[in-house]
Amino acid sequence: MIISVASGKGGTGKTTVATCLAAAIENAVYMDCDVEEPNGHILLHPEFYSKTPSQKMLPKIDYVKCTFCGKCVEVCEYNALINLKTEIMLFDGMCHGCGACTYFCPEKAITEVAKTIGYVREGASRINNIQFYDGVLNIGEEMAAPLIKSVKAKIDIDKTTIIDSPPGTSCSMVESVKDSDFCILVTESTPFGLHDLQLAIEVLKIIDMPYGVVINKYDKSFVEMEDYFDRNGIEVLLKIPFDRKIAESYSKGILPIINFPEFKNEFVLLYNRIKEKLEMENVDA
Amino acid sequence: MHDKSYMQITVLSGKGGTGKTTFTASFAKLLQKKVVIDCDVDAANLHLLLNPEIIMEKEYYGGRKAEIDLLKCTDCGLCENLCRFQAIKELKVDPISCEGCGLCVRACPENAISFELKKSGVYFRGNLEDKSEFYYAKLFPGEGNSGKLVSEIKKEATGFITEETEWILVDGPPGIGCPVNASLAGTDYVVLVTEPTLAGLHDLKRLIDLLNTFKYRYGIIVNKYDLNEDITKEIIDITEKTDTALLGLMPFHEDFVHSLQQGKTIVEYNPAKWRRTESG
Ligand code: SF4
Ligand code: SF4
Repeated sequence: MIISVASGKGGTGKTTVATCLAAAIENAVYMDCDVEEPNGHILLHPEFYSKTPSQKMLPKIDYVKCTFCGKCVEVCEYNALINLKTEIMLFDGMCHGCGACTYFCPEKAITEVAKTIGYVREGASRINNIQFYDGVLNIGEEMAAPLIKSVKAKIDIDKTTIIDSPPGTSCSMVESVKDSDFCILVTESTPFGLHDLQLAIEVLKIIDMPYGVVINKYDKSFVEMEDYFDRNGIEVLLKIPFDRKIAESYSKGILPIINFPEFKNEFVLLYNRIKEKLEMENVDA
Repeated sequence: MHDKSYMQITVLSGKGGTGKTTFTASFAKLLQKKVVIDCDVDAANLHLLLNPEIIMEKEYYGGRKAEIDLLKCTDCGLCENLCRFQAIKELKVDPISCEGCGLCVRACPENAISFELKKSGVYFRGNLEDKSEFYYAKLFPGEGNSGKLVSEIKKEATGFITEETEWILVDGPPGIGCPVNASLAGTDYVVLVTEPTLAGLHDLKRLIDLLNTFKYRYGIIVNKYDLNEDITKEIIDITEKTDTALLGLMPFHEDFVHSLQQGKTIVEYNPAKWRRTESG
């Protein structure tokens, strides 16, 4: 089973929820796909045993063959190439590695070379023996999606995998959560939290994925949020009240469920609740 | 431009939830003669605090998407083989996986694949209370190309810079990727809003690496500094060692959450207490 944890807004406690959940399940796998800012390792303290480069392919032009006809520039939808007549210049950051230039070059002057854009790290955490993966995007690299794909290539469908998704609602979030069985959306009791949660829900509706909500820093006086849930029949799976102790524990990189065992139970219940929901859905289907 | 009259300030945080937007909104209240641009096109929030009056809405076309015309398709399978994004399966293009590279469109021997521009977001121009210009955008869910949208609204906004303009204030997106670089373009000074957590520190260091790579000047604000004084100290050490300006230390305070819940900036919510801290 794959459960992804996402949030429209950043900093709502997504990583706390994802790591605590992984720690509350036996033999879980935790996968950090927030490759621009991977933080799961700070709470799970894994020992890493491998680090593999993730690469994207970039075109390389053989100037012995190139006639500067400009075909490659014409077919590149992303304007990553410029024909300077003495050189075909490539803007690395804009290239999606689609291969169109290579395919259409009439002189067969283009080959592709791999460029490392980041790393996939693999390790194990002592906390409940969690198997750990994350992706770390190199500084200055712009495109996260290919690295997210490399991390997700490590998924073993026989294991319960918790995916920590990047914040937001764009392509890297979709890349991370797609193929999950269920998505947990983490929000907080503020207008920002509510606004961004609605955006995230829209994405999940488009890709047709079952979801539930966890409210962090829960404050029942923020009635707009309660109203929204009532009106739309959205299920709140867990409410975590604001607690300075939890915030402090997080700040030090200590997984909150270690110091507050009652907290662990909440996550066991959360997991069971999701499992039940999915089983029910399977019966319905 | 040598003789430009304004300064572009971009507010970034790396990690989400450090209070970046709350700070940007407060700056916006304090600065005069400004153009404010929310470049967090994935999850724009600044308008919730600044309540602009919207005077224009424009559609954003981020790129094209392939679509197969089954009447012309002979099921040769070339497109499926060529696509590097595994977006084509059983004669259908999955619009979410399609990156709009057009390889299949150009390669199809039957010309059976269309390639229409797709609307992938909207952006808004508005006026703030003091009549200054405000821009924000909404990228449609699941769309890529957020960097391009950022560049587009910034371009639109710069069209409204006058000789009077003194400040361009940009609220940047989280992370270190493509929309961050697009937000940074043209920036004179970066304000980094961080928090004293190990995650905040980790992300701050990555962002500083990025800013150093592209030689941007920056200063740091530590929000919720009293949450973990050890890490706050570590951040202060970094600023001292690298000769970086420490712009402010803000306490962990309920006013922040309560003002947010009321949709107000902190300087409006409790002006006597916070105004001075911000401008000082
Ligand atoms: S298409 Fe081939 S020959 Fe033509 S300019 Fe590009 S690399 Fe050179
Ligand atoms: S691989 Fe695609 S995106 Fe990259 S330069 Fe060639 S045509 Fe452009």
